[in-house]
Amino acid sequence: MEEPGNLELALNGVTASAGGHPFLAGAWELEYGVKAWWTTEFYLDAQTTSGESTLFTGFRWENRLRVLPTEHWVNPVIYVEYENINGADKTLLEVVGHDGKQDLAVPNNVASLEQQRELETKLILGSYVKGWTIAENIIVEKNLAHEPWEFGYAVGVSRPLALRARPERCTFCPENWQAGVEVYGGLGTTEQFGFRDTSQYIAPTVEWQLPEGPTLKLSAGFGLTGQSLPVLFRVGVSYEIAQVGNAIKGLFSSAHRESAR
Amino acid sequence: MTRRSIHLVAVLLCSSAIVLAASKGLPLQRVPISAQQRANPIDTNDDNRRAGRKLFLQECAPCHGREALGNRRVPPLATPMVRQAKPGALFWVLRNGSLCHGMPSFAHLPEDMRWQIIVFLKSL
Repeated sequence: MEEPGNLELALNGVTASAGGHPFLAGAWELEYGVKAWWTTEFYLDAQTTSGESTLFTGFRWENRLRVLPTEHWVNPVIYVEYENINGADKTLLEVVGHDGKQDLAVPNNVASLEQQRELETKLILGSYVKGWTIAENIIVEKNLAHEPWEFGYAVGVSRPLALRARPERCTFCPENWQAGVEVYGGLGTTEQFGFRDTSQYIAPTVEWQLPEGPTLKLSAGFGLTGQSLPVLFRVGVSYEIAQVGNAIKGLFSSAHRESAR
Repeated sequence: MTRRSIHLVAVLLCSSAIVLAASKGLPLQRVPISAQQRANPIDTNDDNRRAGRKLFLQECAPCHGREALGNRRVPPLATPMVRQAKPGALFWVLRNGSLCHGMPSFAHLPEDMRWQIIVFLKSL
């Protein structure tokens, strides 16, 4: 969850090769903490495929709501997202249903003709145990056209490389680094539920928080089934602007003072 | 509407009222007694105070200010109330936050880092 009043700007990219055509897809994200229990996020997706084209593939708007007022062993968060993307979207922000490498191999000029207006919901369960962060996502997605419900999941664990901070300011301190592993994939649809003909990935992750600066994330995902891409790389950079409302008010009030002089 | 549905709605309304009532009051005043008794397991030495200051600037200062003086909407932390609070009470507030007052949970930070922040807060 984002802290209330803070705005996080992030750019997350994924690169892989599908059908012999390497691609790079990215999602530009704006995440805002509305309340301590409510975070909202807006995404703009785009991709470029070698030998084909570069195109904008759509937008998403998601809201995360924390359910319980205090911490427990398991802390549920409800996630609701509206997606208006086209079939050429390759950001792979989630894998659901029977999503597979053959979907990503469709040429852009054909895939982009398919409009996907989808409602995605997740139950996110988070726990913090002895410095470890454990998160489980159960994903339910519905194309608002006449498509069956699709299911997916993601499980991740991560831990900072040190559980205590060092007294001095340092860029490469172990507490600034976080390592983990994620497993995610599809779980079929209402018509064919289960692991059969689904994509499954395992991905080690590394995160580096620069002091009072951006956070960098890297991960390499390895496909575990025939439907999956053999390998995909993710890279992300995010930067948080604290109390963005106050910062804007401050700018306006200083401009007002300047003009009053 | 069946009697069972009415009972269900009544139970939900009562539960919401209890949750809201329980969440009123300043965060430090809502800390359970058992949580207040928890002792700080790390040394209150200068290294941990400095590490706590570093974490404070990263995690808390964006809202409470670099000098912990707060603003119109966010309370100050450099106060006698915080200095005199039991470390266990401060730890409970950091772990749970106070959602109705706009303070998020900091449970994602490892426990020792939260205690380092408390060492710093108690030194203000």
